[in-house]
Parts: sequence; C-alpha cells; structure tokens
Amino acid sequence: MSASGLAVHQFRYEQKSYWRNPTSAVFTFVFPLLFLVIFASLNSSSTIGSMGGLAYNQYYVPAIISFGVISATYTSLAMTLTIRRDSGILKRLRGTPLPASALLGGVVLNALVVSGLIAALVGGTGVLFYDVTFPGHWAALIVALAVGAASFCALGMAVSSLIPNADAAPAIVNGILFPVLFVSGVFYPVNGDSFLGRLGALFPVRHFVMSVFAAFDTRLPSGVGHGFAWRDLAIVALWGLAAALVAVRRFRWSPSR
Amino acid sequence: MVAIAVDGLRKSFGELEAVRGVSFEVQEGEVFALLGPNGAGKTTILEILEGYQVRTTGSVSVLGLDPGAAADAVRHRIGIVLQEASVEPYLTVREVLTRNAAYYRQPRGVDEVIVLVGLEEKAAARVKTLSGGQQRRLDVGLGIIGRPELLFLDEPTTGFDPSARRSAWELVRSLAQDGTTVLLTTHYMDEAQALADRLAVIAKGQFVATGTPDTVGGRAEAAVRIAFLAPPGVAVADLPIADLPAAATEAGGVIEVRTLDEVRVLHTLTGWALERGVALDGLVVDRPSLEDVYLELVGEEIAP
Repeated sequence: MSASGLAVHQFRYEQKSYWRNPTSAVFTFVFPLLFLVIFASLNSSSTIGSMGGLAYNQYYVPAIISFGVISATYTSLAMTLTIRRDSGILKRLRGTPLPASALLGGVVLNALVVSGLIAALVGGTGVLFYDVTFPGHWAALIVALAVGAASFCALGMAVSSLIPNADAAPAIVNGILFPVLFVSGVFYPVNGDSFLGRLGALFPVRHFVMSVFAAFDTRLPSGVGHGFAWRDLAIVALWGLAAALVAVRRFRWSPSR
Repeated sequence: MVAIAVDGLRKSFGELEAVRGVSFEVQEGEVFALLGPNGAGKTTILEILEGYQVRTTGSVSVLGLDPGAAADAVRHRIGIVLQEASVEPYLTVREVLTRNAAYYRQPRGVDEVIVLVGLEEKAAARVKTLSGGQQRRLDVGLGIIGRPELLFLDEPTTGFDPSARRSAWELVRSLAQDGTTVLLTTHYMDEAQALADRLAVIAKGQFVATGTPDTVGGRAEAAVRIAFLAPPGVAVADLPIADLPAAATEAGGVIEVRTLDEVRVLHTLTGWALERGVALDGLVVDRPSLEDVYLELVGEEIAP
C-alpha cells in the first residue's frame, strides 16, 4: 500500500479508537457546546460596542468554533501523541514498516474530520438557536478552518515533543492553552487596540478566531471572495509552519527514561 | 546464511558504556538467546539490531542490511516484540492485527495468528480488557503478523504463568521449525535451555560465555558430582577411590565426589558398596545445571 493509502487505512482505525474513548469525546465536544450554551444564552441580547453594535453571538459563535477546532487538533494531538509515546505505542509502530508520514497522516486526518464536525455542530447550533447569521462565505470559512486546523495540529505535535511524560501532559497542554484563549478573545470580545488585544495578537489563537469570525462578519460585503481575513490567515499559517519545523526536529518515538 | 552478524559492537550513553565490545553471529533458522541479569545490555543490543538505537562503534548486519542506515528495508522483514506490551487500548484484538497486517507485503492471515497465539476467545475483545498475559500474547501476534524472516523477542515470557510459558515456547519452536530465525533475551535458564540452539551469557555489557545450552561455560567438560548419604561407620578416607582421578568431601552427612571420569568412579564405588553390603542412600549423579554455570559466570554482578 502507498503511504497515502496507509494514511487512510490508519485514519479508519483512528476513528474507531476516537469514538470509543469517552474522554476524548468529552474534551472535544462537550466543553465547546457547554461554553456555547451558557455564554450564548447569557448574552443573547448583548451587543459589542467596539464592533459597531454587533450582536454578541455573531462574534461568540465563530470564537467557540475556533475553540472547538483547537480542542480537536492542538489539545487532542498533544495529549494523544504524548500518551501513546509514553506507553510505548509509538515505539511499537515505529518497529513496523508503517511510514511515519502515514502514522501521523492518519492522526491528522482524524483531527481534521472531528474539527469539521465540531464546527458544523457549533455553527449549526448558533444559526438555529442563537440568531446567528451566516453570510454565506463558504470558501472563506473552509479556508479558515483548514488553515487553522492544520496549523493547530502542527502546534499540538510540537508541544507533544516538548512534554516529558504523560503525567505532565494535561498540565502543560492546558497551561499553555487557557491563558492564551483568555487574552485572545475566545470567551468574550477583546478590543484589538487594548493591552489584552495586543498581547493576544502575539499568539496564533486570536488570528484564528478573527479569520473564522471574518467568514461570519455580516458587516463585510457579501459574495464570492469576501470574508477572508488574509493577514490573520497568514499569521496562523506561519505559526503552523514554525510548529511543523519544531515537530519534525524534535519528534520522539520512544518514552523518555 | 548469516541472519545477524555483529562485530565489536559498543554503545555508550554519556559516561556509561552499556555494550562493551560484543561480537556474534546468528545463522538463518537458528534460535539464539542472550542470557543475562537486568542491566547487562541485552535490550540495548536488541534495540540496535532493531534500528531503535544507534551504535557507538562496531559493525552490525541484519539480514544483510545495516539497521542504522536501512531501517525501513529491515522492518519489512523482521518482527519485534518489545519488553512491554503496548497496543491501542480501544481497538479489538482482531482490529489491531488486521490493521498491522496491511503494513506488510505478505502478511500471515489474521485468523491464523489469532490461533497461533491462542486468543480465539478474545478476538472481539478490546485490548484494554485483556489480562497482562493476553496482551503479551497479542504483542507476540503483532510480532509475527508480517511473516518475519527474523523475530526479536525481548523477554517474551516474563510474567507468564507456567502453562502460558509452555505454549509460548511451543509457538517459538514451531516458528523456528518453519525457518524463522529467532533472537531472544531472557533471564530464565530453563527458557534458554528449552528454546535456544545457541546462547551467549552477558554481564556488564560483555559476553562472558557462548555455546549451546549443553556446553556453555564448559558445562559439558565440568566435573560430575556423585553424592550419597554417608553410610554409618564410613569416612571419606575409607572410600576405594584413592587411585582414581576424583576428590571426595563430606559435609552434613553427605559425601560428595567430584570427578571427570564418572563411569570408572561410579563403577568402583558401587562395586565396593555391593561387596561390603554398604547402602549408598540418596545416590545422585549430576552435572552443574545451566543455572549453576550462569550464576558462576555472572555471580559477582548479581550478588547483593
């Protein structure tokens, strides 16, 4: 079988593993949906002054889509790869002819499919129950999700390569993520000119949120070719590339002793 | 044909030299055992041959290839069973075997492997529900699913109950009969004795003896021990062996005679006993066991 054929082969088994493991489903699906329902219900009549009186949920739902994608990619990969490395699963697979690209390809494909699902679920809930308008920027939305998901997969792999063992994984993975989520305006809008806004702009999360939000931004002209936040997309992609370089250089197959 | 050739192999981890100049060859179809205490360097040697670790110096050839340079080509033709079982917990036995079979060019049938490792009743069970021994058997199944020419087994039966160990031995024997070359590590003498065509005893990163289980450490040439309970009124000096190449001692009411000419000594002793009407109660004739030889060879390394 070719490497790409094997990646698809791996993906099928990644899917089985994924849906049978209750913790991964909880982390990826329940948290974003919980945040969505709580905050969107609390703020359903609020507007955002710094965005010209935009309805809160018109911003918040894309932000939670981003959070869901980050959970499905960065968090999931950093945890899964660390746990598999620590328990010797990666080492065992390394001893078979399975190419590394197919092994990681299967894991990444799985993360992309889960990302798509969570985006559809959160976006659909927003449109159906919280008066969110999707202006039809499909191309922009798909590009933003694809660039973001791929980049945060790379970030998950890079962080996994820096984690010493599985016990340390949750603390390190979430310890990095949550402060960044807060300064990046995931749970409430952050003005880009404020201190928090400038701080958040140093990290990829804010740019990812802004690129997904752009596809939902009803203030932008409608029609094909609109809804792209090119600058934010480029910054997310650069983070992804840098992370991929770190991951390639630092990736370890065997548990550290 | 030579399946494995190792010459002057050394491996250092910083200051620590884990493998200190090891050379050996394993022929195709042979079962070769590395026998030694924990920390002797067995696993390090195995992992260098498997392509997991890079050697410091020396030459290594596995199936005619250098595992350090051509790891991918080697991995198509070898099977690896690591010391610790580690398989995705949420997949079933059959799923994991089916998945891994696709990695190889001419895999064994999944059902065939399930039968070989005795997991018929657990084929549909998730890996996380298996007992330690069952996971280990699945591990062995994953090691042979690719129909390897050469199988590495790192302490394959550690933690097995006696009957599981017997069936694991049967499996290794039947693989060897089909022409699979096997390199295994173990610290069980009986395992080496039961399985290995040849073995090397390793201590502190060096081979201290090599040979067959019957000859290693000079076992075949070692003195035979003849022992019996000292008959009443008989002292060592009364024994009729003064002219024979034998040495007798008495301790705790047991007389021990050590000799290289056991046939003549035994004949003399029993003839004398019959003639004099003396009973030789508890008569035993034996050689140092593989375990005795092993303990002597590595004795100082494992003493507390």
